[in-house]
Amino acid sequence: MEVVRIPGRIVSKGVATGPALVSRQRISFLGAVDPKTGVIVDRSHDLYGQSISNRILIFPGGKGSTVGSYVIYQLKLHAKSPLAMVITNRVDTMVAVGAIIAEIPAVESIELNPDRIRNEEVLVNGTEGYIELR
Amino acid sequence: MYLTREEERIYEGEAGWTKKKAMEILVAIGDLNEAPGLIPVESAHVSGVSYKTIGDAFVFIENLDDRVVVDTTLNPMGMDRSLWSDMGITKEFAERQNRVLAAYSRLGISPECTCVPYLLGSVRPERGSHIAWAESSAVLFANSVIGARTNMEGAPSALAAALIGKTPLYGLHLDDKRLPRMRVRVDCALTDADYGALGYLIGDVAEDRVPLIELSGSQPDGDELKHLSAAIGATGAVGMYHVKGVTPEAIGDVDESYIEEEIEIERHDLDGVYENCNNEPEVIAIGCPHCSHSELKQICRYLRSEGGGEKVRKDVFVFTARRIRDRLRAEVREIERYGVKVICDTCYVVSPAFEHYRSLLTNSGKMKRYVPLICAGACVQLCSTEECIKAAFV
Repeated sequence: MEVVRIPGRIVSKGVATGPALVSRQRISFLGAVDPKTGVIVDRSHDLYGQSISNRILIFPGGKGSTVGSYVIYQLKLHAKSPLAMVITNRVDTMVAVGAIIAEIPAVESIELNPDRIRNEEVLVNGTEGYIELR
Repeated sequence: MYLTREEERIYEGEAGWTKKKAMEILVAIGDLNEAPGLIPVESAHVSGVSYKTIGDAFVFIENLDDRVVVDTTLNPMGMDRSLWSDMGITKEFAERQNRVLAAYSRLGISPECTCVPYLLGSVRPERGSHIAWAESSAVLFANSVIGARTNMEGAPSALAAALIGKTPLYGLHLDDKRLPRMRVRVDCALTDADYGALGYLIGDVAEDRVPLIELSGSQPDGDELKHLSAAIGATGAVGMYHVKGVTPEAIGDVDESYIEEEIEIERHDLDGVYENCNNEPEVIAIGCPHCSHSELKQICRYLRSEGGGEKVRKDVFVFTARRIRDRLRAEVREIERYGVKVICDTCYVVSPAFEHYRSLLTNSGKMKRYVPLICAGACVQLCSTEECIKAAFV
C-alpha cells in the first residue's frame, strides 16, 4: 500500500504508530474527557462515547479550560492517553503543553481532509514534524 | 526563538531541573507561535489547583523544586479550607488537596485561591501590562476589560512563566493580534445574566477569533463584563473580546480591517440559553466567577427584599474569594442569617461537594457550560441573580 507523507510542525517530540481516531471538533479536555478512561463524555461531541486512549488522535485542537493540559498528563499517568496527537489547525497552548509535559508525540498544521482517514494506521513523527498515512 | 545567554543557560539546565522544565515549556510555546523572544511579566495566575481537576497530575507540581520570581496567585481549589468537613469533603480528598496546596506554597505562591485575582487589589495589572495568566475567565477579563496583555495560558505554562518571570512574545501581547476578527451585533437590551447567555453564544461561534461586540443601548458594568468574560471563555478558545464604546481598546475608532464575518444575536437566541430544565431546581449557586464586593452586597439586598426575615427553603451557595469575604463581614453575616452558605477558596464547578445535585439554578453562563460536563450531567437553568434569590424562598 502506498504511504502518504504529510508535513507539519513539531509540537512534542517522539514517534508513534497506531490506528487513527478523527474528530472534526475541538476538544475541551477538562470536562469532555474522562481522565481515568480516556472516554469522551461530552454528549455534544462527535466522538461521544469513544475512547481516545491508544489511538492517534487527529483533531482541530483544544478549547475550554487550560487545566486540560493536566488532564492530558493524567491520561498518560493512567496509561489512557492517545499514542500521539495530530492537530489539523495551528495548535493551542493547552494541547501543546499537555503533550510536552505528558511526553506524547504531537504535530500541528497538518493539512488533511478528515474524510480520507478511515481507521487506517498513522505514523506520527513529532521529532521531525510529519505524519504518514499507511 | 532568540534566547539571551542567561535564558540559554537555564534552558541547558544550569539553574536546575525545575527552571529547565519551565524554560522548555516557554521555548516550546514560543517556537510554535513564532515568538522572537521572551518578555518580562508582572504577575502570573496559575490554574490547576483543585484536586478534582488536576487529579493525580499534582505529582508534576510536587516534583518542582524552586521559587516563583513574580507575584503569583492561585485559582480555586476543591474545598473551603475551614468548612471542608461541613461540605461533606472526604478526608482522603482533603489530604490530597492539602498536598496540592502545599506543593504550590513551597514554590512561593500565595495560597489564596480565587478565579478573580483582579478584584483582590494586590495584583491589579494596568492597561498595557504584560502578564501570564491561566483561568480563561480571568484572561478574558484582564485582556478585554483591563487592557492588560496575556495569552490564554495553560495551567503549566502560567506556572512556567511564574518560575522564569517571562513569557514568549506572541498572540495577545501584540497590537495586531488584539484587533477584532469578527463582529457580533446584539439587537436587544441586556442586563445581568443576559451577559452570561451572550458570552455562551459568542464563544461557540467565535472559536479563536477576537469578537467586536456591538450592543444596542446597553452599558454593562464590571460584574456583567465578568460574566461575559467567563462565558466566552467557557465555550470558546479566544482570550479577548471588545465591546464597542465600553472596553478600553474599543473606545473611539476601532481598526476593523481584519473583520471577516458578522453575526447577529437576537433576544430569541438568548432565550434559548435560558431554556428550562423542566424540573424544580434542588440547589441555587451564585459566584462563578467568584462574587465581587458589589455582587455580595446585591445578594444581601435581594435577600432582604425577598426573604422578609424568613430562611431560604433550598440549598443556596454563594462563592467568593476569602479576602472579599473578610472585607464584607457584616454583609456575609447577614447573608448567612438567611440560611445561605458563603463558601471561599473553591466553587461549585471545581469542588466534588456538589456533584449529587441533579438540577441547579444559577446566574452564570460559565456554569451553564461546565456543570453538565464536570458535575455528572446535572441540568443547569440560567436565570437572573434576582430570580435566583426569589426561587430560594419558594
